[in-house]
Amino acid sequence: MDDASPWVLAIDDLRFSYPDGRAALHGVSLAISRGEKVALVGPNGAGKSTLLLHLNGILRGVGSIVVGDLPVIESTLPSIRGKVGLVFQNPDDQLFSPTVFEDVAFGPLHMGLPEEVARARVDRALRQVGMDGYADRMPYHLSAGEKKRVSIATVLAMNPEILVLDEPSAGLDPRARRGLITLLDSLPLTMLVSTHDMPMVRDLFPRVVVMSEGRVVADGPAERLLGCAELLRVHGLEYP
Amino acid sequence: MRALQLERYVAGDSRVHSLDPRVKVVITVLFIVSNVLLPDGAWLAFLLGWALVLLSSALTGLGPGYATRRSFVALPFALAAVSAIFALPGRPLFAWTLGPWHLVATDAGMIRFASIVVRSWLSVQMAILLTATTSFPDLMHALRHLRIPRLLVQITALMYRYLFVLTEEASRLLRARAARSARPVSGEGGGSLAWRARVAGNMAGNLFLRSYERSDRVHHAMLARGYRGEFRTLNPHLMRREDWTVGMLAMLFLLLLQVISRTGSL
Repeated sequence: MDDASPWVLAIDDLRFSYPDGRAALHGVSLAISRGEKVALVGPNGAGKSTLLLHLNGILRGVGSIVVGDLPVIESTLPSIRGKVGLVFQNPDDQLFSPTVFEDVAFGPLHMGLPEEVARARVDRALRQVGMDGYADRMPYHLSAGEKKRVSIATVLAMNPEILVLDEPSAGLDPRARRGLITLLDSLPLTMLVSTHDMPMVRDLFPRVVVMSEGRVVADGPAERLLGCAELLRVHGLEYP
Repeated sequence: MRALQLERYVAGDSRVHSLDPRVKVVITVLFIVSNVLLPDGAWLAFLLGWALVLLSSALTGLGPGYATRRSFVALPFALAAVSAIFALPGRPLFAWTLGPWHLVATDAGMIRFASIVVRSWLSVQMAILLTATTSFPDLMHALRHLRIPRLLVQITALMYRYLFVLTEEASRLLRARAARSARPVSGEGGGSLAWRARVAGNMAGNLFLRSYERSDRVHHAMLARGYRGEFRTLNPHLMRREDWTVGMLAMLFLLLLQVISRTGSL
């Protein structure tokens, strides 16, 4: 199954308009290969979050999305949601269970894994994000950085093929942010991360995709794009 | 910090704390049902019921008076039963005329009123003990394992989870208003009462919209992790011999209360 397609994620000509008629995506195409860490940057309203919500079929646009070797269509959604680990920007939206354990176990249990496997997944995921020992804590008692780590654990527990994060460093203090960057760096996973945090992009992501007004306007190595002051300025971005 | 104010659970390692939450829930519910079933004026049974509350409270390590002290907040709700004083036929005690109504208080009415107040007061105390010694997640597990419909339990759990988020959001709104509610050094602040009411109304509406949008995002987060309309969780509890014993003893005691209240001369 690993060799079926060179891409973990392949999006072709994706278009989407919100129910109120506002067009958000005007033909987005993007392909990410296994192990790549890709930053998705662009001004507010560029369609980054809308794009991310398409990756596991929460929003359904026109065009094709293939995750691994599965197309994102109605009948594949249950498997797709295990393959795409989507972490929302606000941990208070992501963490909806009474305890950390239950939140991290939510994904594995809904994938139909037996109890022992689910427990092992929870343990492993919490260890991966450095939050072992927090299983019985209640999410609203955690700090912003801790909530973010637990949010990432909730999708790691599902063994995703690609980790998708929406603005992970927003609202974190410098130490929590640095911890997050170290964590993301240590995870051997394919990643697509939307962010405004250009210093993090420089530190962490070899490849950058720039979105603006519902289109991909640039896609390439971070060193080259981040050096392009004019490109960044035109699309409301700044070099670190 | 507000979260802690709302939290009713008091951490501890007493025998009551370590009792299986299902047993605690069942005892509490049976205690309430038993109170409701006790006839009016069964004072001895009420007294024994209170003794049970005091005993349990002492066993929690929070002190025997813990539940009783905290129960008074709920008493005003029992005043809804005031009409019972005038609604029952019996020996008239006093009477007064209120507009078109002529109200006669009777002895039977007084006894029923007092009984209703005592019943609700005792029930509230036991419920206070339950929530003080059982963490909320445990309580939810207990309800789920007692076959309370999943949806109801989930709604309660989500409500509890987001109560804190919601109060924080509300207090942020209030703070934002306070920050801009400047007032001249001398004299009153501006704006009519109607205008102020409208601002408050807008804030309430704003809070509703924010919550509504948040519920959408939470639902997305659930879908993203494979939610398909049915909740799954694990069962971390096992009934021990002690749990069975305590549950049985409590049931016997409640049965005894019923017998006493129906045979005794009191």
